[in-house]
Amino acid sequence: MPFIPHTAADVAAMLEVIGEQATADLFDEIPPELTIAALDGVPPALSEMEIGRLMTERAGFDGRRLNFIGAGAYEHHIPAPVWAIATRGEFYSAYTPYQAEASQGTLQVIYEYQTMMTALTGMEVSNASLYDGASALAEACLMAVRANRGRESRRILLPRTVNPTYARVARAIAGNQDVEFEPVAFDRIQGRTLLESVRAHDPRDFTALVIQQPNFFGCLEEVDELTDWAHANQLLVIAVVNPVALAVLKPPGQWGAAAGRRGADIVCGEGQPLGVPLASGGPYFGFMTTRMQYVRQMPGRIVGETRDSGDRRGFTLTLQAREQHIRRSKATSNICTNQGLLVTAATIYLSLLGAAGLQRVAEASMRRTADLERALTRIEGVSLAFDAPRFHERVLALDRPAAPLLAALAERGISGGLDLAEHYPELGHALLVCATETKSDADIASYADALREILHGIA
Amino acid sequence: MELREPLIFELSRAGRRAASQFPPPAGAAEVSAAAEVPVHLRRAQAAALPEVSELQVVRHFTRLSQLNFSIDTHFYPLGSCTMKYNPKACNAYAMLPEFLAQHPFAREPQGFLACLYELQEMLKAITGMQGVSLTPMAGAQGEFAGVAMIRAYHRARNDAARNEIIVPQAAHGTNPATAAMCGCIVKEVPCDAGGSIDMAALKSAVGPRTAAIMLTNPSTLGVFESKIVEVAQIVHAAGGLLYYDGANLNAILGKVRPGDMGFDVIHMNLHKTFATPHGGGGPGSGAVGVGSRLLPYLPIPIVGREGARYRWLTERDLPRSIGRLSGFMGNAGVNLRAYIYMRLLGREGMARVSEFASLNANYLLKRLQAAGYEAAYPGRRASHEFIITLKREATLYGVTAMDVAKRLLDHGFHAPTTYFPLLVPECLLIEPTETESKEELDRFCDAMVAIRREMEQTPEMLRSAPHALPVRRLDDVRAAKQLNLVWTRPRGDIGPDGGTAHREGEVALR
Amino acid sequence: MNGLPNDLQYTRSHEWVRRLPGGEVEVGVTDHAQSALGDMVFVEVPEVGRRLIAGAACAVVESVKAASDIYSPVNGTVVATNAELAAQPELVNREPYGAGWLLRVAVDGSAGELLLSADDYAVYLATEAK
Repeated sequence: MPFIPHTAADVAAMLEVIGEQATADLFDEIPPELTIAALDGVPPALSEMEIGRLMTERAGFDGRRLNFIGAGAYEHHIPAPVWAIATRGEFYSAYTPYQAEASQGTLQVIYEYQTMMTALTGMEVSNASLYDGASALAEACLMAVRANRGRESRRILLPRTVNPTYARVARAIAGNQDVEFEPVAFDRIQGRTLLESVRAHDPRDFTALVIQQPNFFGCLEEVDELTDWAHANQLLVIAVVNPVALAVLKPPGQWGAAAGRRGADIVCGEGQPLGVPLASGGPYFGFMTTRMQYVRQMPGRIVGETRDSGDRRGFTLTLQAREQHIRRSKATSNICTNQGLLVTAATIYLSLLGAAGLQRVAEASMRRTADLERALTRIEGVSLAFDAPRFHERVLALDRPAAPLLAALAERGISGGLDLAEHYPELGHALLVCATETKSDADIASYADALREILHGIA
Repeated sequence: MELREPLIFELSRAGRRAASQFPPPAGAAEVSAAAEVPVHLRRAQAAALPEVSELQVVRHFTRLSQLNFSIDTHFYPLGSCTMKYNPKACNAYAMLPEFLAQHPFAREPQGFLACLYELQEMLKAITGMQGVSLTPMAGAQGEFAGVAMIRAYHRARNDAARNEIIVPQAAHGTNPATAAMCGCIVKEVPCDAGGSIDMAALKSAVGPRTAAIMLTNPSTLGVFESKIVEVAQIVHAAGGLLYYDGANLNAILGKVRPGDMGFDVIHMNLHKTFATPHGGGGPGSGAVGVGSRLLPYLPIPIVGREGARYRWLTERDLPRSIGRLSGFMGNAGVNLRAYIYMRLLGREGMARVSEFASLNANYLLKRLQAAGYEAAYPGRRASHEFIITLKREATLYGVTAMDVAKRLLDHGFHAPTTYFPLLVPECLLIEPTETESKEELDRFCDAMVAIRREMEQTPEMLRSAPHALPVRRLDDVRAAKQLNLVWTRPRGDIGPDGGTAHREGEVALR
Repeated sequence: MNGLPNDLQYTRSHEWVRRLPGGEVEVGVTDHAQSALGDMVFVEVPEVGRRLIAGAACAVVESVKAASDIYSPVNGTVVATNAELAAQPELVNREPYGAGWLLRVAVDGSAGELLLSADDYAVYLATEAK
């Protein structure tokens, strides 16, 4: 039996101690009419060699395509030490650090992670992570409703330039606690949210404004004026940010231009760009940072520094009274896990890159996307949709539907981008493309050549 | 020998780089695209991230890992957590480069989807349910999905007044928290002296406002709810549904199926029962299975098959779904690991899991009782776990369950779960799992015997434990009162980088 | 623990009430409550001016083990809260009936049904409460 070490002698000796004849007797409390005879629907066991063959075959079938999709998950180079260390058994097979003295490795990693995320986002405190960026936004919205004491409202302004899947997830999760989301239109020329669109809503009806930077189209929002408007009207600001972009963009802790500005109130986002592979969509991790005044409203685990009985420094989970295992129905959330393994990888990644390295990754990605934009917009029938300043993604306007083009590109081993028809039909034929530092000149030329051929039959 | 490791920030020195990790430099003629970012949107000062060499990073995090207990290094009998061996093959094959390279929005990768589809089918088979969604990213999200589906079901039948969730007093803390997250009210029912749900209390608790009962079987008290069919009848007759918390699935895998017990929805913890890594706190995966009543409400996306082709089923295919719970499709890599594990065990292996889990638990229970420890429910069998109560020892010797737990660490065992379930005073919830050998269990018993002797003779050794770990007992009151959640440079310190917090020009964009 | 001050009244949810001159009352948690919760790390009190309803949650005391709701024993308006608790939440443990008071309320109407005498509370502790 795989992974079961018992010999027949072991079993006999153990049954004797227990005082039973057979292991089946251990289940005599289960009504016999409920007991099943065999597990139909599960195939016979495979040896490790056989499952290895099967998985290699299936992986090979899928192959590797040249990837130009972003849309919330970004392909960056992952340094070799990141997963070599994160998959060490001591990290990989450790549990949640409830026995702090036996978990100082995990706890110190999380403390270092919390410090790095607060530095990156310009805020004061971080939690130990949430499941992913989308659910982090849902949690941030619930937190804003709790934290904005000055407002009774449970309504949140959610611009359409926020990742549309995040909007769906926020509705699915926060909608169950009667939180409502009001969309805000975006400008069709610039590809971002104008202050006048936000102003069209009566602020007294709302408790928070969500701002994604860069937004889903890759464009840069005017975060200062939006933040100032929200704060002037007693709304909290929830920032949704890309952590790599924060190496070159103003962090949410400094958003706002008005005198006495205080920056965003809650910051969240998807941590995947920090050393986590694309891996078909997960596992990733969500991050959340905020100001100390809101720390007790923040869901998820938090690690704090303390002393041991010999006055040595150590780390432990703290503020657990807010969490599900203590407060039960009054908990800030029902969240139980964080994404420990991914946080470990991200902490190693940030330690290797540092601020200078992260800045280079961000700049190189911006440059590659600019190169991609140039190469593709040279093709007739392909143009740039928006003119706002941007980070490392572009929306391309096409002269025909994107779906068949993407299928043809996939045949040629290229993942060309995300078709925006489902979420933004008003944009007509539009495609969201991204090129990170991992793309070479040859890669970009391959894409341009393939697209030109598909569109115009020119080889 | 003192095992101490500075913080990475304390190792940092200005200008130090892991240079080979930086992208290649831009050609001299290229204009930096970053310069196009308007000044007011640009970062002015570099973030205070560490500046260390690659070797420093490798050494630092390797040494940190060595401060941990883990399944790979220690017996880890944490009740309710199912700390079984995480097969290396699961990780090796889930991390094949082609799987890692797939963007979630790329054209549907058939190899990967075949694995997930087959996982869905196997989970249906072993739970006796009609449909499975792999999207919830942890047990708590799976619970949320379950309760949300139940609410959607009642709303669709114009029975929206049903907002009460019945929960046993011994339930895991996520159960009532989840109920509240879905806008429901919790009604707790007590257990009887044998640890089973109090049937009289249950009968008076159900009514026209009952949305569901949330149960696990065996219960958190480690006993099998033998009247489960009757419980199902009572709740169904009152118009409510049955929710199964699958945290204890390891106890009944291959023996009983929740669908046969009458449950309408189950969430599974793939990171418990199906050996995916705990990773220091995550990622988990909380797959949900449903009976036919709740099929239309499953969270999306789900893997569907049309002939030979696999594809994602989304809003169009399940218009009454409770929606999406994740940005993409849940913890795909975790699900892949669970698939590999299930293929390695196969039909026979899965059926034997609960047998050996139960054998190990019952053996350990008997040996600990022989050593003088008191079982919380002495008349009942252990399921895959059991509870020891130290309430007598607390009175006699002034030692608590926490003290025993800390002393076990000194013996090289991770402690069992302490103080859960809340109903049993000074308790240890012990779950050995099926992957532990008899010798390991015997060594654990020997340690518990030694600890008992210490309790009687030198209880102070327990109260001040642990003694042999990198740190002594940590002050968690101080951690909560003097919140230190972020490292800051000590005041007056010149600082490891020579005094300046940030280097000017780091973010100077060309 | 029989040190229940006789000049106070008590609730079944382990709050105490001290009548002050001018129709105000002082509210805190009993020794039983502080002992069950353990070392206090944080106290959350309502803002001055907040209207309280008898029986409704109005404050939170938090230890490492648990965070517990405090239920208002009376109907009224908050006129003062104990500012010392921000820096010294342990006052609730050390002097639950004195320096560890939580809030002062200007009572309107009467909510006598919720309040027990010291003797009745002692009986309640012995028989029902855990």
